[in-house]
Amino acid sequence: MKIDKNTINKIARLSRIKLDDKESEDYIKDLNLILDWVEQLNEVNTENVEPLSNISSSILPKREDVSKDANSSEEILENAPDKLEGFFAVPKVVE
Amino acid sequence: MNNLIKGEKHDWEMVIGLEIHAQVKSNSKLFSSSSTKFGSLPNSQVSLVDAAMPGMLPVINKYCVEQAVKTGVGLNAKINNYSVFDRKNYFYADLPQGYQISQYKYPIVGEGKVTIDFKDGTSKDIRIVRLHLEQDAGKSLHDQNPSKTYVDLNRSGVALMEIVSEPDIRTPDEAGMYISKIRSILMYLDTCDGNMQEGSLRADVNISVRKPGEEYGTRCEIKNLNSIKFIKQAINYEAKRQIEILESGGSIEQNTMLFNTSTGKTRPMRNKEEAHDYRYFPDPDLLPLEISEEEIGKIKSSIPELPDELKNKFIDNYKLSNYDASVLTADKQTSDYFNQSINSDPELKNHAKIVVNWITSELFSLLNKNNIELKNSPVSPENLGQLIKLISTNEISGKIAKDVLEDMFSSGKTAKQIVDDKGLQQVTDQGEIEEVIDEVIKDNPKMVEQYLGGKDKLLGFFVGQAMKKTKGKANPKILNDILKNKLNKKN
Repeated sequence: MKIDKNTINKIARLSRIKLDDKESEDYIKDLNLILDWVEQLNEVNTENVEPLSNISSSILPKREDVSKDANSSEEILENAPDKLEGFFAVPKVVE
Repeated sequence: MNNLIKGEKHDWEMVIGLEIHAQVKSNSKLFSSSSTKFGSLPNSQVSLVDAAMPGMLPVINKYCVEQAVKTGVGLNAKINNYSVFDRKNYFYADLPQGYQISQYKYPIVGEGKVTIDFKDGTSKDIRIVRLHLEQDAGKSLHDQNPSKTYVDLNRSGVALMEIVSEPDIRTPDEAGMYISKIRSILMYLDTCDGNMQEGSLRADVNISVRKPGEEYGTRCEIKNLNSIKFIKQAINYEAKRQIEILESGGSIEQNTMLFNTSTGKTRPMRNKEEAHDYRYFPDPDLLPLEISEEEIGKIKSSIPELPDELKNKFIDNYKLSNYDASVLTADKQTSDYFNQSINSDPELKNHAKIVVNWITSELFSLLNKNNIELKNSPVSPENLGQLIKLISTNEISGKIAKDVLEDMFSSGKTAKQIVDDKGLQQVTDQGEIEEVIDEVIKDNPKMVEQYLGGKDKLLGFFVGQAMKKTKGKANPKILNDILKNKLNKKN
């Protein structure tokens, strides 16, 4: 797989990151280097080997279904740039 | 059954699949300890995890996992011992993480099926593709302010079960029956409260149309419908829209649609350019979810009787029709009521059909009229049983029983009390009825003449007169028999 200008533009748009031409060029170079490096793994024969999704042998920790009263609104809204009557107020999203 | 709809040029068939989102009935959220209570003050039930503050890590709610497994068993589905949580990435104001934790490649529950029952006694299986666990997003309010959208994160992180069907549904009615059936199963299992108004149960509908027997057409998805009525309306509108496009030579563009509940129309939600690319990948904050056979077995053994099992039991034990039994078992409240009522007296087992009718027509219409739920019925199942016993033993007539039921409903008295107090016992004594009939015949010589002259319809008149004299208490069958007998003897 090769990263080109189109791919980098698409990734940038999906990530809501604005890139200028110079930055795009740099990212294309960087990402291709990373992909080349990972590509080395293809040299290993992985036939009949289950994909590994986690290297830890521990199991998923679970919690009991107990709710803690948070009464969180003040704390949660503290850093909001704009709020009203307990809501976050954000630029209008039109659907 | 003809499932086709007529177009200008030929018939069309709808192909429908549903994605149902059912909120797990739990105290706390899927990955945090915030409360799930509905209707609280905005942003009052938001932990740092739900608000996606940096460094916060999700810890899964064991109970929610068990409820998903339980639901899977109820859907006759395969439970997967191994499943994985993935991130579904997209930007939206009510999604603080910038991704939803969901399950993509390895869901917790695999293929299953549910059965829907039609009025004509036939049934149909709808196949389930999968059920997976995921987080709900927050709630956006767009109509409070002209330039702002308000966001409430109380719902953010609440556990949902997404239940995906195969495109096995062919009509709006089938779609309605399917979601009703899923709702009924969830409520018997007690894994979701089934409250569609509060959004605990909602559906996305995928729909396409095709000429019968041909390949599936291009589908559109109608998002977020929260009532069975809207689901049917939206399907009808969207199918018509697609047919009109196709018949005028156009083609369907795959699209996500919104349904406007006040106009009854669908419209595209996002244009193609913004087509979603969710870039799913396994959430590095969460290990794979493993469930042992032993745990599954334990959950299976805790499962109560489900609507279909109960339906078959009712058919076997009480000789009820498939449809009657499915109406009774659609709602747990109804089947519980029926069970208690019919078991209140050993005699009633032989009159199951009467019990069904009195619950589903007489009692239900009184409850509807007064806007009362069955569980709060002023007439207890035992008292209704007693009333039906009085009918089945001919102590009161069915007609009088209706008045008695209304009285029971408003006064809270038992059937026996009311019948005794008002002296409503049916007159079955032959001699007493004969006396009344003799009087009626004596009082109406002209009518008798006309009847004997061939006006058969006048029989009803005599019955009415005699009933009036007995205040409606004469046993109608005995009354009829004696009356005919006496009149014919005059001939």
